[in-house]
Amino acid sequence: MKMFDSSFIERIKKEKKEWQEDSPRNLFEQTNSSSIPIKLIYTPADINHLDYEQDLGFPGNYPFTRGIHKTMYRGRPWTMRQFSGFGTAEQTNQRYKYLLSEGETGLSVAFDFPTLKGYDSDDPISLGEVGVCGVAIDTLKDMELLFEDIPLDKVTTSMTINAPTPILFSMYLAVAEGQGISCDQVGGTVQNDALKEFIAQKSFIFPPEPSVKLVIDVIEFCTKNVPRWNPVSISGYHIREAGATAAQELAFTISDGLMYVSKTIERGLDVDAFAPRLSLFFCAHNDFFEEIAKFRAARRMWARFMKERFGAKNERSLWMRFHTQTSGVALTAQQPENNIVRVTLQALSAVLGGTQSLHTNSFDEAWQLPSEKAVTIALRTQQIIANESSVTATIDPLAGSYYIEWLTDKIEEEAMKYIDRIDTMGGMIEAIKKGYPQREIANSAYEFQKQVDNKKQIIVGINQFKDEHEELEIPRFRVDPEVEKTQLKRLKRIKENRNHEKVLRHLNELRKATERDENIIPYVVNSVKAYATLGEIISILKEVYGVWREECVFA
Amino acid sequence: MDVQTLIDGLFKGDIISTTRLISIIENDFLKAEEISRRIYPHTGNAHVLGITGPPGVGKSSLVNKLALEWNKKGKNIGIIAVDPSSPYSGGALLGDRIRMREITGIKGIFIRSMATRGSLGGLARATRDAINILDASGVYDAVIVETVGAGQSEVQIMSIAKTVILVLSPGLGDEIQAMKAGTMEIADIFVVNKSDKPEALETVNDLERMLDYEGLNEKAGWQPVVVSTSSTMNTGIDELVTKIEEHQAFLAGMTSEKLHEKRAAMELIDTLITKIENEAIKKAKESPVYNELVKKIVEKKIDPYQAADIILKEYMQLSRQ
Amino acid sequence: MEFGERNACLHEELIMKRIKVLVAKPGLDGHDRGAKVICRALRDAGMEVVYSGLEQTPEQIVNAAIQEDADVIGLSILSGAHRVILPTVTKLLSEKGITDVLVVVGGIIPTDDHLFLKQHGISAIFGPGTPLKNAVEYIRENVSKERIH
Repeated sequence: MKMFDSSFIERIKKEKKEWQEDSPRNLFEQTNSSSIPIKLIYTPADINHLDYEQDLGFPGNYPFTRGIHKTMYRGRPWTMRQFSGFGTAEQTNQRYKYLLSEGETGLSVAFDFPTLKGYDSDDPISLGEVGVCGVAIDTLKDMELLFEDIPLDKVTTSMTINAPTPILFSMYLAVAEGQGISCDQVGGTVQNDALKEFIAQKSFIFPPEPSVKLVIDVIEFCTKNVPRWNPVSISGYHIREAGATAAQELAFTISDGLMYVSKTIERGLDVDAFAPRLSLFFCAHNDFFEEIAKFRAARRMWARFMKERFGAKNERSLWMRFHTQTSGVALTAQQPENNIVRVTLQALSAVLGGTQSLHTNSFDEAWQLPSEKAVTIALRTQQIIANESSVTATIDPLAGSYYIEWLTDKIEEEAMKYIDRIDTMGGMIEAIKKGYPQREIANSAYEFQKQVDNKKQIIVGINQFKDEHEELEIPRFRVDPEVEKTQLKRLKRIKENRNHEKVLRHLNELRKATERDENIIPYVVNSVKAYATLGEIISILKEVYGVWREECVFA
Repeated sequence: MDVQTLIDGLFKGDIISTTRLISIIENDFLKAEEISRRIYPHTGNAHVLGITGPPGVGKSSLVNKLALEWNKKGKNIGIIAVDPSSPYSGGALLGDRIRMREITGIKGIFIRSMATRGSLGGLARATRDAINILDASGVYDAVIVETVGAGQSEVQIMSIAKTVILVLSPGLGDEIQAMKAGTMEIADIFVVNKSDKPEALETVNDLERMLDYEGLNEKAGWQPVVVSTSSTMNTGIDELVTKIEEHQAFLAGMTSEKLHEKRAAMELIDTLITKIENEAIKKAKESPVYNELVKKIVEKKIDPYQAADIILKEYMQLSRQ
Repeated sequence: MEFGERNACLHEELIMKRIKVLVAKPGLDGHDRGAKVICRALRDAGMEVVYSGLEQTPEQIVNAAIQEDADVIGLSILSGAHRVILPTVTKLLSEKGITDVLVVVGGIIPTDDHLFLKQHGISAIFGPGTPLKNAVEYIRENVSKERIH
């Protein structure tokens, strides 16, 4: 049923026309990040095509445009999850214990670049990077130290890891087993989103097909053995940060998700057996309403795809649960305190968009790992929104806004054009091999930078309202050179003292299983238990799968 | 550093002299001639391989695998990869090196990216000079030149190659049809890359039929061959190396000087055209009537053909004196 | 390009040097947004840009710069390993006797490290918020004059 009757709409249209005649012409030209032209005002005529029950529905009802839960934040506020990790396993372990003593129940692990790329700390290419941007993990020993005296049945752990997920995940299970905790008692999340690495973050190792195969190995293993684990977090965040528009972020993320779902079904799993454990991860950027519209559109699109394309029946399979992080690239190094305001607006858009969990960036993150004070302000920002602003009092408060509903539709429409295009190419793997999303993102990033340079896009403190006397002070990274030494010493000791024959045997079995195209997780678990290193296991997989090298994708 | 010092360095195999000389021949036509003349007697030792084909067929990845395979056999390989310049800014994004990442930094492999710049004739000349520099260094057993697209410049560049490889990919039926006959005719070896694709076999069959029926096999006794490769799966590369070596042996075994003469003649003609063009334009612009003629053309008092005849006549008279 | 057009500009091209820039990403981070944006900006400013991609070791970078005879090396690094990696690049360059190549860096480089890097042969550091044209102009003004005649 239409929102308004047609004679009313005709009258509104006529009145709008008369109203517009007095307005200056140049007011009508403005677009958002997704190149959608924004009108000066919106009226009932812009949303009259909507059917409330079919297109919006009540919160907790299909297609979930207004939210996945009936109670939303009245029932439970979003989870305030802040991502962290630094230095050695011991240092991070101390930090975790402190956080747990303060009442946190969820841990989050950031790994250093060598770990993310599957290199051991003693690999020449790791020079200067060990323990710098996260914790260094080479063997099970590091993982044991990381979670020493932390009961893995009592906490949940989120690990930001992608290509080497099977190894880090297996190490986690092995640590739990060492604590006498079985697979079905551990809970947590791995990012495990290989496709967005090719598209945006570029921490890939193997070519797209085997990379996706490994993602599905983790999904399959978790579905059968680790039911409390979220085996993949389908991430648009990095896509957006690499320069995508809101519509591209939405489209590419959903296309990635569609690929994982169809490949898992091909593996023989029932969609309702694993889909409830899938979640998405988006960015909250500067354009306030565009972001809110994006989150709302995403929920509706996901639900429809799951139901219509994959025939999901379990309601939980239709829920698009999502985590949000405020935009890192939107932070400025200049006049850094302004970032607190930016983060507040971005965080508010995520909340009004109905996020399940939120990470707010610290104002000093344009140039360093955040200081303690900045982290606290970032967390307080969320607490102020949740407790003081009263925006949580009613569910989806912007529903029915002519602009928001029109924009929600429009973003969906733009995103669907990309998704259709990718479907025509044969899905995201093929699109990546053609360099399609990579090229679209590089174009958007360059266009954006040109707009900043010619002041079509204003950034306070960068191209307008500059503080001419400001001396940009970027503080030194707090890297302790001892971290690398300690790590190398430990790795050397382990390599000398482990049972070599056992390592070789398990690695050999892993190789054979990989060649037979079996689910490799059980073999990886055995290898890590024998203290095979991350780099050694990755090398075996590289031998079988080959490595991926990005071609030069420019316009 | 003066040109003679660089040339001395080149003959000693010094990499910096080599690479700076290539820059000079790219940038300075007048010095290029001087360099080319001095090094010419030292050329002819490297096997020059021309690789061409439509965009997107995986030429760079194939060059990457080919060089790797050859290098394993102890050969030193020089590579010249040509990418187009932007017609708007004159700048260029040269992306071949990234597709050849596997071989960058391997001892005995040299990669140089070149932009097409504005002029096609100039490109052919600069590419040929660059090949000659690598050849004259005495370091490289083979020099591979990779160019994009098809057309006149292709044929011109490829005329210096001893073995010409045309790379195609499956499902490019229309492209093959549309391919300039010239490009098809100069190829000694046809490669169907991406042979892991289902349509690959069909493309191979199409090509073989064309070679049989369209008389493309009459190349002074060499029967062009079709090889299937996959640079991602790493298959067919060894066969390609074998075919190249067979072609090399065929050329070496040729008693007739005909082929060599044909190549020399083509080089002579191309150089002549470039020189005449440069000389003529230089003289034309020096002519006192040049600016006047340009104005008259603008005013439609004269057409460009008439104007050209006037300058040409004047030029001929000058040459006769 | 058509025949006539080609002739018209031929003479100007007889001596024509374009600034050649090697853009590379050392370190293990994959954040190539900035590197790709700057590649295009330099191309659009008429320069010839060789992008050698992610995860480049100092040896690979110097090797590429030599083979390409680049006038400028532009490095983009956000991993925090700049104090180790960048001086290695410039040290290798001077070991090869290359003193006239301009080395510039983009990314997040702490202010405290600027002097250290400049003492180690890095000519300019372009931090967050640098307009593209500043980088382009800096390169034009500071590239070795002998190199571009």
